[in-house]
Amino acid sequence: MALIPDARDVGRSIPQIGETPFWKGDRLFRGVACLCALIVLLALGGLVVSMGVGGFAAFRHFGLDFIISNVWNPVTQQYGALAPVFGTVASTFIAVLFAVPIAFGTAFWLTFIAPRVVSAAFASAIQLLAAVPSIIFGMWGFFVIVPFMARHVQPFLHHHFRHTPFIQDLVSGPAYGLGLMSAGIVLAIMITPLMTAIMCDVFKVAPTMLRESAFGLGANKWEVMRRIVAPWARTGIIGGIVLGTGRALGETMAVTFVIGNVNIMGWSLFSPRNSVASLIALEFPESAAGSLKLSSLLALGFILMVLSFVTLGAARWLLRGKQA
Amino acid sequence: MADRFATLLGISATVSLITVLVSILWTLLKNGLAGMSLATFLVPMGPPGHHSGLANAIIGSLIQTFVGLLMATPIGLGCGIYLSECRSSGRLAFTVRFVSDVLLSAPSILIGLFVYLILVAPFHRFSGFAGSVALAILAVPIIVRTTEDMLRLVPVAMREAGSALGATRWRVVLLLCLRAAAPGVLTGILLALARVSGETAPLLFTSLGNQNWSFSLDRPMASLPLAIYQYAGASYEDWVRLAWAGALIVTIGVLGINIIARFCIRDSGR
Repeated sequence: MALIPDARDVGRSIPQIGETPFWKGDRLFRGVACLCALIVLLALGGLVVSMGVGGFAAFRHFGLDFIISNVWNPVTQQYGALAPVFGTVASTFIAVLFAVPIAFGTAFWLTFIAPRVVSAAFASAIQLLAAVPSIIFGMWGFFVIVPFMARHVQPFLHHHFRHTPFIQDLVSGPAYGLGLMSAGIVLAIMITPLMTAIMCDVFKVAPTMLRESAFGLGANKWEVMRRIVAPWARTGIIGGIVLGTGRALGETMAVTFVIGNVNIMGWSLFSPRNSVASLIALEFPESAAGSLKLSSLLALGFILMVLSFVTLGAARWLLRGKQA
Repeated sequence: MADRFATLLGISATVSLITVLVSILWTLLKNGLAGMSLATFLVPMGPPGHHSGLANAIIGSLIQTFVGLLMATPIGLGCGIYLSECRSSGRLAFTVRFVSDVLLSAPSILIGLFVYLILVAPFHRFSGFAGSVALAILAVPIIVRTTEDMLRLVPVAMREAGSALGATRWRVVLLLCLRAAAPGVLTGILLALARVSGETAPLLFTSLGNQNWSFSLDRPMASLPLAIYQYAGASYEDWVRLAWAGALIVTIGVLGINIIARFCIRDSGR
């Protein structure tokens, strides 16, 4: 499936219903089509409004404290969004940190170097990776990544860096294997195929003339990539990265399995943390209707909605009309 | 030198991605096949240690996915037709396009929350129907996007020919354009099917899951992803084995649909 609007900007010459004289049947047809479009509008509108209204009680009760407090204590009815929001943002950040170089390298290799047949085969293999349901990533992370982190990575890092200033905080804590790092890695694997696909698309549309001129001047493939294609495709690349970020922000199942689900904040990358989506997934079933906890969870949902709305808007803005 | 280095990095990035894919598929196959038996497909879920299976979850997944798709397809088609054929450059069309893109990447758990608020909380009852609606909301934007893209690829000459023969616009759109775009549109529907059939998060608060047979859309309904979610973290060995079996079934289904969809695209491209 095309990830970037392609045909939409080309087909302006299609005669539109409503511009030509039409009959009763046409009017009805147009009405039905318009109704379907309105249903889609209504779905998102309802989503935003219901989160906002549902979370209003929490926002009103805690005020600004809701956002800057990191206490989450159902016993004392104290709810703050900071810890899960921190977990979401931090795991997403780690994911993007891993995913961007891998996606860039893969896209570079697939578009410029690999033989046609190989690149086609690898491209479809990577697209298959994108199609694997997120709960499978969660399970795989839980049974493969988490033990690996607990047995090898974390003891190794702890052994070598436990006295290095700053880094010692990052690797401290008992070796559970669960935590921000595991979540970041699983998320990175989930969003890399998406980023790769977008980068391949934007690399391909860099003007052939420019590329061939550079090759004619004696540049090698990497120089062409770095000096011609990458600057030319810069906004497209960033757009792809932001789109992947948006995907990682809202991911639920994969993260729930590996992040550990404890509502605390701290520097350690290997201690159990929490994310907004997995907190909602785990605590929502235990929240009584009309309670402050339910309202707080909805308020968290609203914050998540705003976060992903902003990133998606940014991605769309950067990617607009990139693929001619 | 830098060129060699970059090539090497490119290759290693690609290889690491493929390695992960192979590792996932290998882990799935190894553990999934071990948990697979005839009982997995014939016996419903049950308490640990009772040779239970996943039959009710498989049926529940099929029911909810197809009901969801049944709701999503007409709406998605209609919206796609609206975007491509009716005032496609207007402000409403622009908004609808943007909104559909937002929905496409909206966190799926929020869609589950939304459906909980409108369909579960007011009626005080988790239901398979609510799960289907949540899945439908996820499927619609995919169908909208492919329908619009595919309709735009239909040549203007074809529309003109239809109009010249005296066909009304809706006949031209439905009988000529939509038929010409059918393989692409079908691909979109298949991709939507593949996407929603593995979704877990939106089902958590809507269809809730069920340990027993449940065919009524009015009641909590089991589904494979929920069964995996429930079983994978459990400490009973046979539950974990069933979770792997379920994961293998879901993945084979989703990847199979994806591969079929790709063949559809290739055939329509010729």
